Amino acid sequence: MSNTTGPVSHEHHIVGPKTYLLILTALMVLTATTTGAAFINMGVFSPIVALGIACLKAVLVILFFMHIRYSSKVMMLTVGAGFFTFLVLITMTLSDYISRNWGLW
Amino acid sequence: MDSHAIATEHGEHELHDEAHPAYLRHHFVTVDQQRETASFGMWLFLLTEIMFFGGLFMAYLLYRNWYYDAFVASSNTLGIGLGTTNTAVLIMSSFTMAMGVYSAETRNRKGLMTSLSLTILLGLVFLGIKTIEYHDKYTEHHIPGASFSVEDFVHPTDKRDVPLAPDMAQHAQLFFFLYFAMTGMHALHMIIGISILFVLLFQAYHGAYVNGHTSTIDNFGLYWHFVDIVWIFLFPLLYLISRHPLK
Repeated sequence: MSNTTGPVSHEHHIVGPKTYLLILTALMVLTATTTGAAFINMGVFSPIVALGIACLKAVLVILFFMHIRYSSKVMMLTVGAGFFTFLVLITMTLSDYISRNWGLW
Repeated sequence: MDSHAIATEHGEHELHDEAHPAYLRHHFVTVDQQRETASFGMWLFLLTEIMFFGGLFMAYLLYRNWYYDAFVASSNTLGIGLGTTNTAVLIMSSFTMAMGVYSAETRNRKGLMTSLSLTILLGLVFLGIKTIEYHDKYTEHHIPGASFSVEDFVHPTDKRDVPLAPDMAQHAQLFFFLYFAMTGMHALHMIIGISILFVLLFQAYHGAYVNGHTSTIDNFGLYWHFVDIVWIFLFPLLYLISRHPLK
């Protein structure tokens, strides 16, 4: 075949129902946890815990439901770059707004 | 005639049967390469979606810091029970969609149709609960605009709620504007998703996607899971993080 030196493509991996069920259970448990945690007064840590759990859930969805765990490095990098750019949007904009009227808020 | 004889006589054609199925486009060398290219393209689209919803998340974070009291009071008018139920429904629909992708990959037509149908059903349940929530906002006069009422925030009926000054209470409209913009955009994505699901179900009924060519199902799965992720962040931001406001 002429493509022996052809493109390097990632071997396809089929994720099975066992993995999906495990992730579903984890996501449901985390949802119950985050709702339960909302009724506990943790002061400044309430939003941090809630968003931390949300990030964990999102990572589980991306890695397993969206197969990134089994994808090639270029795919992992692309997804990482997307979320990194979103973090840049948040941190740069918020640090600008917070530092603009320093001490007045 | 043994297979070797066929290979020499119709070498090209035999290759087409094994390594070159009919769905492999001529500009790709292997099926894996075609599959990866398709999902790469889908992810690029999803990255633009991250930035689209990112702008809304950014606005929410900023205004929540500026008009903290109004955002806390408004957030606590949302029903945490309905929000949690909807989160569970959407996660469940992500699971059924993932099972749809698995069914397509294992060439199981019945499994694929069942999974797609369940995903449609759960998506509609989510939208139904969302409609109940929107209707509540309507009867409470919490929809921003001419008929918005600050009454609930200036004179709260619950003794535990701190009354807001009328000017701060007006900023509750900003919360509800962002609430409707974010959940509305999310719901629009779900309506589009459910419409596509009906098409996919129709095509699956006629035997599509179980011949090894699963890119369409894969990519729709990515879209559906992305919509799920958006909700995973909307849920704590809108419903949960303001239960215990800082004094």
